[in-house]
Amino acid sequence: MAKLVILGAGIAGHTAALHARRKLGSQHEVIVIAPNSKWNWIPSNIWVGVGWMKPEQVTFELAPVYKKQHITFKQARAVSIHPQGDKDHAQPFVSIEYTHPDKAGQSEQVEYDYLINATGPKLNFAATEGLGPDKNSLSVCTYGHAHQTAGVLREQIERMKKGEHLKFVVGTGHGMCTCQGAAFEYIFNLEFELQKAGVRDKATITWLSNEVELGDFGIGGMLLKRGGYITHSRIFAESLFTERGLHWITQAHVTRVEKDRTHYELLNGETGVIEHDFAMLLPPFSGVGLKAYDKNGGDITSELFAANGFMKVDADYSPKPYDQWKPSDWPKTYQNPQYKNIFAVGIAFAPPHGISKPMKNPNGTPINPTPPRTGMPSGVMGRIVAYSIVDMIKGKNKPLREASMANMGAACIASAGAGLFNGSGVSMTMYPIIPDFEKYPETGRDIKYTTGEIGLAGHWIKHALHFAFIYKAKALPLWMAVPE
Amino acid sequence: MVKRNPYEQNYYPPVPTKLTRWSRVSLIWQTFRFIVLNIKILRMVRKH
Ligand SMILES: Cc1cc2nc3c(=O)[nH]c(=O)nc-3n(C[C@H](O)[C@H](O)[C@H](O)COP(=O)(O)OP(=O)(O)OC[C@H]3O[C@@H](n4cnc5c(N)ncnc54)[C@H](O)[C@@H]3O)c2cc1C
Repeated sequence: MAKLVILGAGIAGHTAALHARRKLGSQHEVIVIAPNSKWNWIPSNIWVGVGWMKPEQVTFELAPVYKKQHITFKQARAVSIHPQGDKDHAQPFVSIEYTHPDKAGQSEQVEYDYLINATGPKLNFAATEGLGPDKNSLSVCTYGHAHQTAGVLREQIERMKKGEHLKFVVGTGHGMCTCQGAAFEYIFNLEFELQKAGVRDKATITWLSNEVELGDFGIGGMLLKRGGYITHSRIFAESLFTERGLHWITQAHVTRVEKDRTHYELLNGETGVIEHDFAMLLPPFSGVGLKAYDKNGGDITSELFAANGFMKVDADYSPKPYDQWKPSDWPKTYQNPQYKNIFAVGIAFAPPHGISKPMKNPNGTPINPTPPRTGMPSGVMGRIVAYSIVDMIKGKNKPLREASMANMGAACIASAGAGLFNGSGVSMTMYPIIPDFEKYPETGRDIKYTTGEIGLAGHWIKHALHFAFIYKAKALPLWMAVPE
Repeated sequence: MVKRNPYEQNYYPPVPTKLTRWSRVSLIWQTFRFIVLNIKILRMVRKH
């Protein structure tokens, strides 16, 4: 009997758990450890954040799903990994602390034969003074944050209805943020909701981000086919912003957020302040802070994890300048090089470097997006790692499955307003995610699969994906037919 | 049409014409795009 332990029940971990359970006989155990009782379809948090959906529509309880699937669920937070065991455990194990109200604060050591780290990001609001929903800015990263944001938005709409003119700032709260796509969706949905409420003329909306140009999205932007031209996503994004009367400030590292203003420094070294009545600024991400110990209790965290807290896998981590970055630097199997029974998927794996070019301002402040690991690749990684582990458990002498982001496409459907007949969505597809200028010398990506367009169809797709992924995550009949 | 001020940020990007804006909400055209986009996404997903 083998024991597979999965840390995290997000897009990557939950996908891995369902696939592993489906492929493994009942003599093998699949254990999921996650601190929250609920699963959250995070992309729809955008709609919670404008009040179009309620938190209940984007979440469901995990325990009944796992019970039905014969997956052991421990509502707990992993604290440390002990890949060599210790004096009391011959087997490797994970130390966990329960968050389930009945067992809150209790700890346990969970032994494993195989371990998947899918713990996603720590939302590192503390990196910027005054940033975060407990302080002076709002967020949509969790359904709780998004719900709070919707409440503040409602209040601001009331103020505008009474004639006040208000200032909205949306974007990234630090020079090293990722996930610009989420903020991009939020600014469009915000603008759409203000239109719907009849108060758009009472709002100044500004985008504040660490991208070198609009449309960078942390993937160095992309060249796409549009209207008879190969156009950069910057032109596409600027057009969408202009059409909606949105202003933008890019190349910005937010240094401090106050109640009514945000301070930032730019790539050229200049500093600025922007006033706001409402600021939705995403935090930078780091690893969740797992520690690692050897069998004598020695701290080996830096062997398993990179400095940013994400787990090392089969990537090329040797430091190199931008012009020497290669698609082959990116991991393929997500296996830890030292401990072959440990894997990391989704946001939890340490990328070898960025995708967007690293830049610093004259003060030495780095201002560039860190690489996104969006839902689709996270799900695919979860599945292929589950399959690799199943092969290993079944003793199949097969090479590990591969899913490099340099060989994988992504579809990013960014909502730009919700409504069955008047909604809209930006549909962007790209292949591969990591540009490959050797294979595609002119554009870095396959132009046939790298596209961008906006329209009602985008909203329909986004809405259909909402239902399809929640259906799949609930493991309802034929769930496996829904692709990642 | 968006009001654009010379030499300001919003002066330079392309903005859609009336026909383009209409095509974005045209049920027939958008149904066609829905099908095309889904096929494209599925073909990309199949690569993995
Ligand atoms: C607002 C927003 C909108 C987005 N929209 C899109 C979109 O439209 N399309 C898209 O492709 N991507 C989108 N993304 C990105 C997408 O949500 C992520 O790529 C995806 O969630 C990553 O999956 P993951 O499993 O790695 O991490 P997560 O989904 O964050 O899951 C991490 C899991 O680990 C658990 N965990 C945390 N700490 C511990 C611990 N110590 N021990 C055990 N478990 C732990 C968490 O509770 C959670 O269950 C969006 C992101 C945001 C924030």
